[in-house]
Amino acid sequence: MENLQALTEEALNLVNNADALESLDQVRVDYLGKKGQLTGLLKTLGQLSNEERPAAGAKINEAKQQVQEAIQQKKGQLEQVAINEKLNSETIDVTLSGRSNSRGSLHPVTQTMKRIEAIFSSVGYDVEEGPEIEDDYHNFEALNIPAHHPARAMHDTFYIDKESLKYTIEGDQQYVLRTHTSPVQVRTMENKQPPIRVICPGRVYRCDSDLTHTPMFHQVEGLVIDKNISFADLKGTVDQFLKSFFEADVPVRFRPSYFPFTEPSAEVDIQCTNCSGDGCRVCSHTGWLEVMGCGMVHPNVFEMSGVDTETYSGFAFGMGVERLAMLRYGVNDLRLFFENDLKFLDQF
Amino acid sequence: MKISESWLREWVTPELTTEELAEQITMAGLEVDAIEPVAADFSGVVVGEILFVDQHQDADKLRVCQVAGNGDDIVQVVCGAPNARAGIKIPFATVGAVLPGNFKIKKAKLRGVESFGMLCAQTELKLGDDDDGLWELAADAPVGKDLREYLQLNDTCIEVDLTPNRSDCLSLKGIAREVGVLNRLLVTPPTIDPVAATIDDTFPVDLQAPNGCPRYAGRIIRGVDLSKPTPLWMQERLRRAGIGSKDIAVDTTNYVLLELGQPMHAFDLAKLKGGITVRQAKNKESLALLDGQTVELAEETLVIADQEKAIAMAGIMGGSETAVGESTQDLLLESAFFAPTAIAGRARNYGLHTDSSHRFERGVDYQLQEQAIERATKLIVEVAGGQVGPVFVAEAEHELLIDRKVQLRRERILRGLGFELPDNEVLDILSHLGLELINQTDEGWEFSIPSYRFDINIEADLLEELARIYGYNNLPTTSLQVPMDLPLHQESAIGLDVVRAQLVARGYQESVSYSFVDPKLQGLLDPNVTPIPLKNPISAEMSVMRTSLWQGLVNALEYNVNRQQSRIRLFETGLRFLPSNSNDASDVKGFQQEAMIAGLLYGQREAENWSAKAEPVDFYDIKGDIESLLALSGDVERFAFVAAEHPALHPGQTASITMDGQIVGYVGTLHPQIQKALGLPQAAYVFELTQAALAEARLPSFAPLSRFPEVRRDLAVIVDQELPVSELEAKVKEVAGELLTKLKVFDVYVGKGIDSQRKSIALSLTFQHLSRTLTDDEITTASDAVINALKESFNAELR
Repeated sequence: MENLQALTEEALNLVNNADALESLDQVRVDYLGKKGQLTGLLKTLGQLSNEERPAAGAKINEAKQQVQEAIQQKKGQLEQVAINEKLNSETIDVTLSGRSNSRGSLHPVTQTMKRIEAIFSSVGYDVEEGPEIEDDYHNFEALNIPAHHPARAMHDTFYIDKESLKYTIEGDQQYVLRTHTSPVQVRTMENKQPPIRVICPGRVYRCDSDLTHTPMFHQVEGLVIDKNISFADLKGTVDQFLKSFFEADVPVRFRPSYFPFTEPSAEVDIQCTNCSGDGCRVCSHTGWLEVMGCGMVHPNVFEMSGVDTETYSGFAFGMGVERLAMLRYGVNDLRLFFENDLKFLDQF
Repeated sequence: MKISESWLREWVTPELTTEELAEQITMAGLEVDAIEPVAADFSGVVVGEILFVDQHQDADKLRVCQVAGNGDDIVQVVCGAPNARAGIKIPFATVGAVLPGNFKIKKAKLRGVESFGMLCAQTELKLGDDDDGLWELAADAPVGKDLREYLQLNDTCIEVDLTPNRSDCLSLKGIAREVGVLNRLLVTPPTIDPVAATIDDTFPVDLQAPNGCPRYAGRIIRGVDLSKPTPLWMQERLRRAGIGSKDIAVDTTNYVLLELGQPMHAFDLAKLKGGITVRQAKNKESLALLDGQTVELAEETLVIADQEKAIAMAGIMGGSETAVGESTQDLLLESAFFAPTAIAGRARNYGLHTDSSHRFERGVDYQLQEQAIERATKLIVEVAGGQVGPVFVAEAEHELLIDRKVQLRRERILRGLGFELPDNEVLDILSHLGLELINQTDEGWEFSIPSYRFDINIEADLLEELARIYGYNNLPTTSLQVPMDLPLHQESAIGLDVVRAQLVARGYQESVSYSFVDPKLQGLLDPNVTPIPLKNPISAEMSVMRTSLWQGLVNALEYNVNRQQSRIRLFETGLRFLPSNSNDASDVKGFQQEAMIAGLLYGQREAENWSAKAEPVDFYDIKGDIESLLALSGDVERFAFVAAEHPALHPGQTASITMDGQIVGYVGTLHPQIQKALGLPQAAYVFELTQAALAEARLPSFAPLSRFPEVRRDLAVIVDQELPVSELEAKVKEVAGELLTKLKVFDVYVGKGIDSQRKSIALSLTFQHLSRTLTDDEITTASDAVINALKESFNAELR
């Protein structure tokens, strides 16, 4: 019994100095195990008298308890160290890139068309599409552009070489690559009853190719037909659209112009987005950028498509998608849109 | 249309600066394209007169001139021009003058002789092309006067880009009228008094095509001297409109065209036989034109003919044989009205476009002919002299020549423009525009339309005039009011947006390529279809319509491979164009225009990175992408990939994609021969599908979930290599019974330990029952059935 104190101190010392879970466990076995030294002291209790025995037993148990607690505490510490070491060893470089992270992109023309569609469909316009090889009637005649009309010179038209097809198409009509999306208006009027509120996005073609013209480009056309539609409604719609599209309170002006299928007709300018109207290269120093054409649907167009002009009136507008995309995204060369250079596409 | 501002201000004088004037007419629909000074910047140049000329002592080519004009002094100028001689008046740049290009004139010594200034040629002042010597000014030019003042060079040219409807503004008169209306100012045209006839000569005119030419005015002038120079002021006005000077007869017809808008023609009377006939061209009739070419006339061409043959293309260009020249003594002036429908498109058919055809096809004032001929007579006779005959006019009935009337209802102004324009404003605007009020009712008015406004025919045209003059930007702007009916919303429709988004998420870039392609590439990729050709392509490389979207994708692939791109994923949506003999329900008969979606995969599977080996993509990468699209339908069972052949694709790596058994597209490896022809270092993979196949989704429909355990059995079977796994799978599903909930192929092995003609397929079968736990017996029965069926159908061995 006389060495209980010494044994306890010895065990506590060993616990304190243990630097691994294994050596700590060895301390537990050596002192508290079945054959441990402190446990061994309990066996010596038999040598004591009945009176001495309880007190001595209690002391030994107390010492065991003390060592046990010290071991637990130390174990907790060592486990924490081990976890920390493991965590340390598992550290990775989080700045390396992730796997399979590539994403494609939509073409800026598509993005611009989608944007225009989204603005109009949010207030209930439907989206209509039509054929790109059109007959002369829908591309010209039905839009009040008869053969030999000077306005046809404004459209450098691609014609289909009908004669070299291996079959004959009935009738003597010419077929063209549509020069504008306006024939979709005609087809809509043929198939639907007013009220009509549609926009018609799509590819159009003109036989023209230089720095500022590509033989194919995109337009979005809009058509509204209802009772009592006025030029004021047209102005409001176009004005609101442009402010929405450019997300800015851009000044908008309307200039009288001429399209055979509208009367009155207007060109729409916005204040130059580049120089805010001070004049720069983008706006040819005029302070204004031409962005759209529009007008009230010509009564002849209504009559040809069977819309009653005494009951209904309507307006139409059309815009060049590439032009809007160039202004919005700052693209400075029209031809980039059709080269499909990944370095270009990747920017959108 | 180019006009001189100072000329315009002789007709009408608004208190506006040049810029304000340009802005005003632009906003009225006459778009000003350019404002340019009529002459380059120069100063210190006066009208000089050479008084004496001496030969320079030390230089053969130089002359020493004594020149008047610089104040009261007579100064000495050394000059090298061959035409320097005493008595002529010339532009004299005095010491201190600055010529175009900031060229300063200083006192100088030439070969030892002092020179105080410079005598100028047209080119040195950038006022013309004549570089032969000194510019000889008119004899009456006032010596000492500043040249800019004398020539009225402090003027601007305003270039107006007119829309085809505004033929009434293709003259100074028309633009002045417009400026007058906009500023509510009086317009003062020059007085045009009839020139009294001094002889009785006329010429017979026969209008054989009255629809094309209902009015023809003519006049004979005998004994003119066309060697007399055109007055400087007329030359200058022509120059400012971009027209060169020829002789007084031709210059005058051009001048009248500019001033009044009436195209005229002058014939050499001596060369005409019989009389004038206006008729359609005869079959194979030919005509030598003023521009030097001889054309064979089409029968739809209106011509001016004499007794023998066509002498001019009516309203387009005169003939060379009857043209006036220096020797011409007697003139026949023509001032006619040709109907737009008779001229439109004709000039273009011959590759011509003239000031005359430009005006006639848009519409020339049909009441202008006599006025124009009087104006021209006076201008010619003043310079060239001559005896004047009476004006003769041939006229036929024509719908255009009848008074045109248009009604205007007050209610329509409100409905069309969205506000009530006061009556007095309506009448004021329209009367300034030359419309005559002929009737007034409670509802509105009736106007007669002036003969120069071909663009006003219906009520809507009057609304445009009111809006235009009132100012588009002064009109009200309103918010369109519509009922907010909720539409039917189709849940099963898969928008193209969703399909695109899926491909974008899988790393594809969207391309947009031309719909017309190179027939060579077209033939390589789709040799079995004859593409639809264009009649007038931009180039041979863009001359046929694409029959597939692959052409554009392959072009884009080449473009990017040539720019060192090693990982390319592209897709495109759009129409393909197929010839179609059937009278199907397509929108445009004879052409099948089908909306497609196509993609291309090339190069590395992953963008180069630290964590993966660089591996090239293969067929199963692109197939996976397509399957992810088909999965959008929620109904993949409708689709299948079937081994197939396509001329553009590798014969052993091609599948048709079917939907309910119908082919809706193809996927495969680009044919190695095509890959070689295109010079591509690696294989490319392509697919194309109809958009219709991806348009519709199945509505989700709930199936109850089983709460009982599922059991998996794995089988490996050895079968012939040719056997498509899809057939194996179909058989398993057929015989395994309803308990089979999942079937997966988790390994395919070919090689060591297996017959070289055979392959090992490892399948996992998952069984589950909705309402109870399955017994071993049930599962064994099901998997035995599968094994037996595979043995029987495919000679499969269990591995």
